[in-house]
Amino acid sequence: MNVVTNNKWIGQRTIRPDGMDKVTGRAQFAADTTMPGMIWGKVLRSPHPHARIRSINTAKAEALPGVKAVVTSKDIVDFPIEKGAVMLGIQDMRWMCRNVMARDKALFPGHPVAAVAATTEAIAAEACKLIEVDYEVLPWSIEIDDAIKPDAPILHEFNKFDGKPSNIAGRLEHKKGDIAEGFKRADVVIERTFTTRPVHQGYIEPHACLISVAPDGKTTIWSSSQGQFMVRAMTSMLTGIPQSDIRAIPAEIGGGFGGKTIVYLEPLATLLAKKSGRPVKMVMTREEVMRATGPTSGSKSTVKIGATKDGKIVAAHGTFYLQAGAFPGSPIRGAAGCSFTPYDIPYLLSEGFDVCSNRSKVAAYRAPGAPIGAYAVECVLDEVAEALKMDPLDFRLKNAAREGTKAAHGPTFPRIGYVETVEAAKNSPHYAAPLGDGHGKPQGKLRGRGVASGFWFNAGGESSAQVNITEDGNVVVTTGHPDIGGSRAGIANICAELLGIDYRRVSVIIGDTQTVGFSNLTGGSRVLFASSMVVTQSTEKIIQTLRERAAKIWEIDPEAVKWEQGAAHPVSPNAGQFEPLTLQQLAEKAPAMGGPIGAGVQLNTQGADGGFGTHVCDVEVDVDLGIARVIRYTAVQDVGRAIHPGYVEGQLQGGVAQGIGWALNEEYIYTKEGKVDNPGFLDYRMPVCSDLPMLDCIMVEIPNPKHPQGVKGVGEVPLVPVMAAVANAIYNALGKRFYALPMSPPKVLEVLEAPTREAAE
Amino acid sequence: MAKVHVTTSINGEPMEFLCEPSDTMLDALRGTLNLTGSKEGCASGDCGACSITLDDRLVCSCLMLAVESEGHEIRTIEGMAQGDRLHPLQQKFLEMAALQCGICTSGMLVASDALLKKNPDPSEEEVRFWLAGNLCRCTGYDKIVRAVMETAAEMRAQ
Ligand code: FES
Ligand code: FES
Repeated sequence: MNVVTNNKWIGQRTIRPDGMDKVTGRAQFAADTTMPGMIWGKVLRSPHPHARIRSINTAKAEALPGVKAVVTSKDIVDFPIEKGAVMLGIQDMRWMCRNVMARDKALFPGHPVAAVAATTEAIAAEACKLIEVDYEVLPWSIEIDDAIKPDAPILHEFNKFDGKPSNIAGRLEHKKGDIAEGFKRADVVIERTFTTRPVHQGYIEPHACLISVAPDGKTTIWSSSQGQFMVRAMTSMLTGIPQSDIRAIPAEIGGGFGGKTIVYLEPLATLLAKKSGRPVKMVMTREEVMRATGPTSGSKSTVKIGATKDGKIVAAHGTFYLQAGAFPGSPIRGAAGCSFTPYDIPYLLSEGFDVCSNRSKVAAYRAPGAPIGAYAVECVLDEVAEALKMDPLDFRLKNAAREGTKAAHGPTFPRIGYVETVEAAKNSPHYAAPLGDGHGKPQGKLRGRGVASGFWFNAGGESSAQVNITEDGNVVVTTGHPDIGGSRAGIANICAELLGIDYRRVSVIIGDTQTVGFSNLTGGSRVLFASSMVVTQSTEKIIQTLRERAAKIWEIDPEAVKWEQGAAHPVSPNAGQFEPLTLQQLAEKAPAMGGPIGAGVQLNTQGADGGFGTHVCDVEVDVDLGIARVIRYTAVQDVGRAIHPGYVEGQLQGGVAQGIGWALNEEYIYTKEGKVDNPGFLDYRMPVCSDLPMLDCIMVEIPNPKHPQGVKGVGEVPLVPVMAAVANAIYNALGKRFYALPMSPPKVLEVLEAPTREAAE
Repeated sequence: MAKVHVTTSINGEPMEFLCEPSDTMLDALRGTLNLTGSKEGCASGDCGACSITLDDRLVCSCLMLAVESEGHEIRTIEGMAQGDRLHPLQQKFLEMAALQCGICTSGMLVASDALLKKNPDPSEEEVRFWLAGNLCRCTGYDKIVRAVMETAAEMRAQ
C-alpha cells in the first residue's frame, strides 16, 4: 500500500461534507421523515420487573376506531432456546427476538409486550391501555449481589452455571502463569473491591424509524442506527422478510456510542406496516429510551496487584462481575481483556462473569466493559504507586507494555504507542503546573490531581466503498457506514489527498443497503480505519484507469504516466512532452475513452491496532457540599494518524465528558418496585456545559503500519481511563478513596463524614 | 375536540395553522409546519434540542403550547441563515468542528445566537451557564464554547 506523504488535506481541519445540512436544520434524522398515508406505532410495556405472561387479549384495542394493527410476540419469528445460538455478529437472535418483544416472560419494567399502529400517536397510546395482559408476577433481582445469591429468582431456567440453574450466564478468563507464584514475589500487595452503577449512553436523539412494506413484501426502512446492514439483517430474521426485499436507508444518526448497534423498533414497525398496509412511524420517548434501551452494565470488581520494592508489577488478579440485564451478553471481554493490557505483567489472571438480572438488556457503550475494568485496575495501581512512593506516571512507565509484550488477552504487541502517551502526559504543561490554591488544605475547596491509562482493542472488519468520477470531473464516494461523528470529513480528506484535488470536490454519501456492498456497524472504533482502506483501494483503481486513459491519448505506455496534483503527467521528459491532463479533462473525454470512471472495493479489513490513552485530571472538591468539579483535564492518546484533527479531538473530548458524568453523577436509580426512578434528563444528570472545563487533547501519532494512512481507531479509548483519573484526583485532594461510582455529592459527604472508618482499614 | 386556528409569524413569514389546544409548539413546527430543524430530545425542557425564540426570548418549544404563538414572532434554526449566507455562528461551528452527530446543533445555534444578541461579549463562564440548558453528548462542549467565543469576538470586530 502507498503511504501518502505530501499531505495537502490529510491532517487538515476541513469542513465536513454534511456540515452545512446540520447547521441549517436540513439534515434528515429518522424522526424527521414522513410518508404519505403514514400512521403511528406505540409499544405497550411491562410494568413488572419479572412476570410470566399468561395471556394477552388485544380485542378491545383492535376495536378502537383508528387502530390499524396490533402485534404481539406471536407475530415475531421465534428462535427457540433449545436449538442453540443463532449469531448475528455478537448478538444471539434467541435473545434478540425476546428482547424486542417479551415471549413467555417479561424480564424488566419496560419490556415490550405488544405494539399498536393507529392513525394518530394519541390513539395508538390509548389502544395500548386497552390491551389486557394477564401477568403472574414473579420475584426479581436487579443488583449483582442479589442475582448471584444461591436462592435468587432465576431469569432463564435453562441457563446453568456449575451444573445448577443460575443467573451467571458465562465466564471468561485470561491467564498468564500461576498467580499464586507471582504474588509470592511481591513486596507490596493491594486488593480492593469496586462497584459501578449502570449508566446510559445518553444519545440526544431517541430511537426512531419509519417503515413501509408494500403488499409484495418490498420493505423500506428509514432509521437511526449504527448500521443499516445490521438493521436489515435483524429485521429480516425477526420478521421473515428476505434481506433482498428490505432496503434499509440510514438516516442521520443523533448519537449512539454503542447504544444503537441493535434494533428495538424496526421489527415491530415492519410487522405493523405489513399488517396494516400503511407506512408506520415509531419514535421512542426519552422515558422509553431510559427504561428499555442500553444502558451499560453496573459492576462489581475485585482487583489485586502485587509489585516489588523497585516498582515492578509481578502479579495481578482481577475478577469482574458485570450486569447483562435481562439477557446474557455483558461486555466481560472488554473488562477482563482490556484493563491490564497497558502493563507488562508476568503472572496474571483476569476473569469476567456475565450476570443476568431484571433490568433492560445492556447495549454496547464506548469501549464496552473496558472503562469498568480500568476504573478498578487504575485505582489500585495508584495505591500501589503510593505505597512504593513512586510518581504514578513513572510507575506506569516502569511497567508499560511495549513492542514484544504479550498482552493479557493473547496477542504479542507490535509497535504500540502506550509509552509515548505516558511520556506526553508527564511532559505536558498540565502535569507540570502547580495545583494552585487549595491543595493540601484541610477545609473549604480542596484540589487534587490524578492520572490513569486505558486500552481498547479497536476493530477492522467488513467494509465496502464505491468511488465514481462525475461527468464534470468531481468525485462521489459512497460508503456503507453511518457517520456518527464526522467520518465523512476524514474520508473526503483521504480521497482528495490521493487524487490531488481540492477536498470540496469530493462528496461523501452513506449508501443504503441495496446500493453499496455490505459494511459492518459503526462501532469498535473501526469506521475510519476500515472505510479509508476500501476508499483508498477504490481510488487507486481509479488513478490506474486515469493513467491508462492519458497513456492512450498520448499514445505512450501507461507506466510512463504518473498521477500528480489532480492530473496525469508524463513520468519524465523521455516519456514524451505532453501538457498535463486533469481529472476534469479526462472525465469529459470519458464517453469516447472507454466509458464511465468508477471503482468499488469490498474487504474484510485486517490490521487494526489497539489504542492507548493516558489522562491527567484536576479536581476541586467542596468539602462542605460534597461537590467535586473537574477543573482541568488533559487526554493524551495514540491516534495513529489524525486524518481530521478537529474530529479526533472531538472524540477525545466527548469521551472524557461522558466519563466525567459516569464518575461524578450518572447512575440508574431504582424504586423499591424495581423500576428505574430517574428516566429523564432532569434526574439522570449528564454533564451540562457549565459542569465542565475546556478539555485539552494531546494526540500522539504512531502510525499503524498496516493501514495506508496509518489510521488507528480513536473513538472508544477516550472513555476508558476517565473514571479512574477522576477518582485518583479526588483521592489526591481528600486523602480518601472511593470504591463506588458515582462520586456524587451525597456519597462524597458520606465518606468525608466517616473519617475513622477509612483510617481503620 | 375542535382544532384551534393560530396566526403567527415564523422566521419573518406570516403563518397560519390549525392545532389541537394541547399541541406543543414543537409538535406544530415539526408536524403541521414541517419545520423539522428543531429536534425533540426529551419533551420535558431538559435538553434544549428544541430551542426557538419567541419574540427574541429563548424558549424550549416542547414546553410551550402552539396556541401561545398567536400574534408572536417565532424564530427557528431554519431562519438563521440569510438566503445562502450563513450566520457567523453557523460558519464558525463548521470551521471549528463544533458538532459531531449534529442532533443538538440546531438548539445550540439558536441558543448561542440569543446569547450574543443579549451579550455580545460573554465570558467563558457566561457562555457555559447560558448553554447549560442545551445538552450535547458528543462534543464535551469544548469546541462549542470556543466557537461561540470566537464568533462573538469576530462579530464585535466588525
Ligand atoms: S425536547 Fe425540548 S428541551 Fe428537550
Ligand atoms: S453533536 Fe451530538 S449531541 Fe451534540
